Amino acid sequence: MTTTTLAVLVPLLPFLGSAAGLLLGRTAPGFVRPLAVLPTLAAAVLAAVVAARQGGGKAIDAATQLTPTGSVPIDLSLHIDGFAALVAVLVGVIATCVQIYSTGYLRDDPRYPSYAALVSLFTSAMLVVVYSGDLMVLLVGWEIMGICSYFLVGHYWETPEARSASLKAFLVTKLGDVPFLIGLFALGADAGTFRITGVLGAVASGGIDHPTLVALLLLAGVAGKSAQFPLHTWLPDAMAGPTPVSALIHAATMVAAGIYFVARLLPVFAASAAAMTVLAVMAAITMVGSGLAALAQDDIKRVLAYSTIGQLGYMAGALAVGDRGAAVFHLLSHAAFKALLFLAAGAVIHAAGTNSLTAMSRMSGLAKRIPDAYWTMTVALLALAAVPPFAGFFSKEAVLVAAEHTALGERDVAPAGAGWIVLVAGLLTALLTAAYALRLWLRTFRGRGPEAPDHGRQPIAMTSVLWVLAIPSLGFGLTVTHLDDWFDGHPLTPTLTTAVLGTGLAAAGAVITYAVWRTLAARTPVTAPVPHVAHPDAEAGQVEAEALHLPHPAEDPADPGRALLGPLHGAAADGFHLDAVYRTAFVRPVLAAASLVRFLDREVVDTYVSAAGNSAKGLGWLVRRAQTGNVQTYLSALLAGSVVLAIVAVALANAVAGA
Amino acid sequence: MTLAAEAARTAAHGFLSPTGVEVAFLLVGLATLGAALLTVTTRQLVHAALWLVVALGGLAVEYLLLTAEFIAWVQVLIYVGSVVVLLLFGLMLTKAPVGRSPDADSGNRPVALAVALAAAAALVWVVVDAFRTTWIDLDGPAQGSTDVMGQILFQHWVLPFEALSVLLLAALVGAIVLSRKKKEDES
Amino acid sequence: MHLAYPAVLAALLFAVGLYGVLARRNAILVLMSVELMLNAVNLNLVAFDVWLRDTLHAGQALTLFTIAIAAAEIGIGLSIVLMVHRNRGTSDIDRLRDTKEQPAAGEQPSAEEKAEAAA
Repeated sequence: MTTTTLAVLVPLLPFLGSAAGLLLGRTAPGFVRPLAVLPTLAAAVLAAVVAARQGGGKAIDAATQLTPTGSVPIDLSLHIDGFAALVAVLVGVIATCVQIYSTGYLRDDPRYPSYAALVSLFTSAMLVVVYSGDLMVLLVGWEIMGICSYFLVGHYWETPEARSASLKAFLVTKLGDVPFLIGLFALGADAGTFRITGVLGAVASGGIDHPTLVALLLLAGVAGKSAQFPLHTWLPDAMAGPTPVSALIHAATMVAAGIYFVARLLPVFAASAAAMTVLAVMAAITMVGSGLAALAQDDIKRVLAYSTIGQLGYMAGALAVGDRGAAVFHLLSHAAFKALLFLAAGAVIHAAGTNSLTAMSRMSGLAKRIPDAYWTMTVALLALAAVPPFAGFFSKEAVLVAAEHTALGERDVAPAGAGWIVLVAGLLTALLTAAYALRLWLRTFRGRGPEAPDHGRQPIAMTSVLWVLAIPSLGFGLTVTHLDDWFDGHPLTPTLTTAVLGTGLAAAGAVITYAVWRTLAARTPVTAPVPHVAHPDAEAGQVEAEALHLPHPAEDPADPGRALLGPLHGAAADGFHLDAVYRTAFVRPVLAAASLVRFLDREVVDTYVSAAGNSAKGLGWLVRRAQTGNVQTYLSALLAGSVVLAIVAVALANAVAGA
Repeated sequence: MTLAAEAARTAAHGFLSPTGVEVAFLLVGLATLGAALLTVTTRQLVHAALWLVVALGGLAVEYLLLTAEFIAWVQVLIYVGSVVVLLLFGLMLTKAPVGRSPDADSGNRPVALAVALAAAAALVWVVVDAFRTTWIDLDGPAQGSTDVMGQILFQHWVLPFEALSVLLLAALVGAIVLSRKKKEDES
Repeated sequence: MHLAYPAVLAALLFAVGLYGVLARRNAILVLMSVELMLNAVNLNLVAFDVWLRDTLHAGQALTLFTIAIAAAEIGIGLSIVLMVHRNRGTSDIDRLRDTKEQPAAGEQPSAEEKAEAAA
């Protein structure tokens, strides 16, 4: 088979698997698990084959036009360069891991068939986004992901948190998608085509008339999808979904799409220095803010969610300094360790019977109960904190190196100011990342108090996936010297300055956190354990759904995050009150407008409607009065009318004849 | 028709010099109209039927004056002989009061008067306006003799004539069915 | 003979019949008035037939047919009146008001209807 055929099969297989899963889900439950895992696995293998054949060389382009679409043609096209090939492999691998993990995690869930089908559809949509060479087809995948995220985040729709979270995810991303759509149209109209190659050619020849406007409109959509400030608020709430879905959204699909899109169209953004600066500021605010917020969260998954936002900030920062190689490199390594973190967190929540860090810090021996999750999570947290030689170190260094070069004027893709912003924010975030990673680890696995309950070993489907993902988290960074060829050719290797600065700051953050934790732990007495879920022995998915209901324990004085943040803690725990800002800025005006519309509809529009009805009714009343039942009256009226008509006719005839 | 020819014809007939037939027609017509008026205004129901006989008989005379002999005899035979008799039977069967009945007219009378007057005025106006200068030529053989009518009726109008016989049969059957007493319902 | 004489007489007879149809209360009187109207038409038909000297004498033939149809009509009409009289005990046509708009349930009957019921 040609590489093109294989590439077409990559998104098609999960889609067919999804359709088959939805069709057979009820009638043939035995086929659901193979139908969920095998197409995704096959897609991952095929993506790997495509990547091997493409080999980071010349981009593969193929296009077919199904039907003429007016002035701007829309093609079904592929554009596979090194970025697309590698990201597709990543999506395939992560999706396969998530599917395998889900077979164990949602073992007894009655809604597993539709869940698995939606995950497959999600994967398929992301692969369409990755491979598509046409912006309109890309948009199709982009929007399918939006709706899939709505359904998957709302998987536990019995709980009000999940319902509102899924709605919020959908609405916030749509808020970004509207300007995104307009931006795509503006771009297509300027370039005269929706083909990515054509758009890039138009950019190179200076054919885009309003690069800043287009770039800023597109950035709004990217901010929504990739959870950048100020549209990031849906991501922490999306933790109400099942953990594998969080892993999928955070690692491979949804949030990666925004970064990947910018990476694909980077020349469009680079054509506008203003857009690059905006992107840099956005990335910087996102990084630092999410780091502070992560330090204050009590829900283990919310900590990870804020860390995802921060790492996406790194990628956006890399793009802001014009180095898409570094951005996609960090995307790949982050996907590996973040998927691992979430999947391991799922195991932790299952074992602990709670998602609260405070509650976990009051039980000891959690590490012994789930050794696989303990070790792999440790690896992933080290990678997250960018400790050499784990994957996160190399990719983060690549970002910082690009920022440093831009700041010092060695690269001129982006303004130097953007470079400085990204560099400073990145270094600060390195400190924060190490702090909250260590806080998470200490409070989860180094708790003091009664023994954690024993629920037996985790299913093999879950633990094996953890170890599979631990390999790239550990070793992906070592491929750094070979990855250059796949991307733009910039070296991604760390330089001494940034390595020392970054690692030093990370180490400082870790040391401070550890010292604070030790001090606080020595001072605070061991308190009574907090309540657990009702069915701690049930399957993991159900435990998590029940854990969503548990009240989080009161503020724990032993929390190092609290001491570190000081007065900022309250604001950071609440996501810097951004939700309240949104409520004031959007929700209240919308509700007021809705009540205004209701008033207009009830009092103004309905007046006309009821007036029409009442006038007809009044006429009917009059006519009804005439219905006396007396035939003579009717006949009189009839004949009188006839006489009048006859007289009129004769008079008219006379008048005409006389005229 | 040119104006000259019209003036000549007017002169030939004389507008205010009526012939004997015209005078007879006018007098019988007045009697007929009076009888008709009494028919629709009298408060004694049986008298109304009798005045109707007068009006219908007067009309028969008018047919004779118009040389339609056969129609005149049919008028007398059918209307005066059978229809009025039927109406009288109807009056008797519905227990119509003999003598003056004060409620012979309904409350619709003013409206009826207005409509009738308007219709009469309009029709008379139109008819007079249209036939101001038209005369019927009554000379020559009678146009409605029994001989002529028989020939015409059974040569040219035989099919409608036969259809009419079917209609009469249907009316006969219908009248019997309608007026028959339903025994099972009354029990 | 001047054509206006029979034409005007027919018009006046028709108007008189019209008045009778609209003003009379007893159904049999109404039928009599209908006969008057039919006869007015017949007079017109005969007069115009004579005036036009029609070779087929369509006017007089049609008059004959009209007379026959009037006889049929009076037979049917009388039998209907008889049946109504038998069922309702009256042949006053302004009492036969079954097609009247019935007042909605709970609505007070108007003063006019009350007076009528009393009468």
